[in-house]
Amino acid sequence: MLSRTAAALYWLGRYVERADFIARLVEATVRLDALSARPAGEAAWQSALAVTDTDDAFAATGQSYTQSHVARFLTLDASHPGSIVRCLEMARNNARAVRTALTRDAWTAINRAWWLFQNRASTGGATATLNLVEQVKGETRGFEGSIHRMMRNEATWLIQLGAAIERADNTARLVDVKYHLLLPEDEAVGGVVDRDQWTTILQTVSAVTAYRWLYSDGLQPTNVIDLLISRFELPRSLAACVEEAVQLLSQLARRTGLQGEADRMARARMARMQKTRTPEVIVSGLHEYLEAFIHENSMLNAAVARQFRFI
Amino acid sequence: MAARGAFDEIWGHGGPEDPRPEFAALSQWVADTPASELQRRQQSAEAAFRQLGITFAVYGDSDAAERIIPFDIVPRVFLQQEWTRLCEGLVQRVEAINAFLEDIYGERRILREGLIPPELIYRNEQFRPEVAGIRPPHGVWAHICGIDLVRTGPDEFYVLEDNARTPSGVSYMLENREAMLRLCPELFRDFRVAPVDSYPDMLLETMRSVAPGNNPHPVCVVLTPGHFNSAYYEHSFLADSMGIELVEAADLVVDDDVVWVQTIAGRVKVDVIYRRIDDDYLDPLTFRADSLLGVPGLIAAYRAGNVALINAPGNGIADDKAIYSYMPEIVKFYSGGEAKLPNVETFRCREPQALQYVLDHLDQLVVKLVDGSGGYGMLVGPTATRAQIADFRLALIAEPHRYIAQPTLALSTVPTMSDAGLAPRHVDFRPFVLTGSDGVRVVPGGLTRVALREGSLVVNSSQGGGTKDSFVLLEDKAAGQSQSQRQSQ
Repeated sequence: MLSRTAAALYWLGRYVERADFIARLVEATVRLDALSARPAGEAAWQSALAVTDTDDAFAATGQSYTQSHVARFLTLDASHPGSIVRCLEMARNNARAVRTALTRDAWTAINRAWWLFQNRASTGGATATLNLVEQVKGETRGFEGSIHRMMRNEATWLIQLGAAIERADNTARLVDVKYHLLLPEDEAVGGVVDRDQWTTILQTVSAVTAYRWLYSDGLQPTNVIDLLISRFELPRSLAACVEEAVQLLSQLARRTGLQGEADRMARARMARMQKTRTPEVIVSGLHEYLEAFIHENSMLNAAVARQFRFI
Repeated sequence: MAARGAFDEIWGHGGPEDPRPEFAALSQWVADTPASELQRRQQSAEAAFRQLGITFAVYGDSDAAERIIPFDIVPRVFLQQEWTRLCEGLVQRVEAINAFLEDIYGERRILREGLIPPELIYRNEQFRPEVAGIRPPHGVWAHICGIDLVRTGPDEFYVLEDNARTPSGVSYMLENREAMLRLCPELFRDFRVAPVDSYPDMLLETMRSVAPGNNPHPVCVVLTPGHFNSAYYEHSFLADSMGIELVEAADLVVDDDVVWVQTIAGRVKVDVIYRRIDDDYLDPLTFRADSLLGVPGLIAAYRAGNVALINAPGNGIADDKAIYSYMPEIVKFYSGGEAKLPNVETFRCREPQALQYVLDHLDQLVVKLVDGSGGYGMLVGPTATRAQIADFRLALIAEPHRYIAQPTLALSTVPTMSDAGLAPRHVDFRPFVLTGSDGVRVVPGGLTRVALREGSLVVNSSQGGGTKDSFVLLEDKAAGQSQSQRQSQ
């Protein structure tokens, strides 16, 4: 496989995953804003920006923190590289550059998602916004489905590796921001706002039902943290993403003979993950833990690029 | 100049009620299928093209960075005997083009014998002294030729243009057929249409046959300028259907006159490159130094005989519009016989007498820049405004050697969907001729381009033309019928 192809496939996986995550985040925030007993309003949208690390970029536009402005910024704003439309454009550019490594299905899925956004200027109201992000989720699911029907070879695994690494990053940011920035100082843990925030997190990673299956006692922040960090059953948990990266790297190693730093880093992280106990993480500092995880994730990203000679 | 009175490929001179006898059944199919149904199928094909990203970029049109080429559902059809005759002419012509290139960059017999004025070669921008004296592997220059043909009557085919550099459009030939198979399966039950899907295999065979040395497993790649190029879809489509890598210049490196491609497992030696990059941008060390698209050292590797380039650099001299007018002489010189496919009558404005004729008849002629393409820089006299004619007159007088002129032919038409239902529209045709070390191959089909505006003769996709599938009918009608009976049981 060409080095350039490998890089484009990996980034294709990352960008599609990112678009999907932003769509989920917007969806959950619309709900948080509209459905909670006391609308979280501005704070909800500020937190959505913080999760995607785009608060400064949004502030620079001088717009107010209303749903229509922030939702548009996160979905349709072509001038801002963190919007869904730009992620899909980057994904499509990468997919186009490596069309020959993709199946027709995989390519049309991504091309269709991109067309969805062409000539679209506004998200409309809450319902229209929800419809739009629902469509994005549908298209990204379609893409994932098509990936699972591709040959089980390095092309597929590189896309999936990119997605796994991106997903780990997204979950870590989501937990970090929601846990530390959003819980207002004077609000009691377990109070209404708190409850809505935790539900939002679970909705963002499609884990509301999973939570009920795994934990018998109602909504407990510690349990949500536990679910998102260390439960291997939940596909978007840090543990699941880390495990998936290890598996994909070994499959790639078996096929290509390329094994090295990235494998070592991923396995070491996996071993630490298996020993992680959530209460200890919270006691010793969740924010520091997540910050270290995000940093480690970007180190792994760099190691992958070196190992597969990305150009 | 007129749609009225022009020969229609299906209806002949008779019109829908009285088609050419061989096409009565096809004409019936068109008549029996409601226009709304044809339109629905056509839209469905175009939606599929959009979804597949079968698009092209229009230069200088930023609003429509990506467009699909309009597709017309009514096929253009060749009878087998028409096709056989065409092929003989195509093979003869392409063999002559190859012999001409070999000669021009080698012994130059044709110049010594005085058939072509030498300055037409030496002062031609398409002549590449850089590759003079290099003989490409197995002596093949124009591996892929797209010969543009027009038709004016039952037996009157003319070559409009030879494309011996990097002719495009073959992906449309294949995709149009896919669309027709899906949308109009009944046509393939009722007619025996020669398949075109062997093209990628034939292309790969052609590529392998010209690999340097006797490597039984040559590494072949398609080289693209990148995904912003207007023909990128085709580049990826071809690589994909041949099962070979699509590479960009950045993926290639030349070391010690050998071309390597950089893979995740390290470097792999490359033997054959189907390049879709123009000569100018191939190698900054040989051609344009400011090119970022090229591979430094590629021409040195080619000169050393370590890599085959498809098509060979320097081919532009063979399809240049100034040389075109000499093609009948060129064919005769190398093949020893008369050209089986005639040229369109061409006035070389560099010749004073011809120039005078052209200036006197501007309103009846098509005037073209010899180095223009894609319908740019041309005057279509009969439809031009007075101001346009006046501008061209000045341009012609200032630089006559840059222009040729041709009479406007009554190009044949094919029934085509229009807002007002089926109507005749002018078409041209580009078959693709492959030349390997083992001979010349022509896949039975090609790209039919259609001028969608009433009366228009401009079929270029960059000027709003569309495409149609091109059927070559196999003669064995009995077999076709029995097949259709089996299907209907």
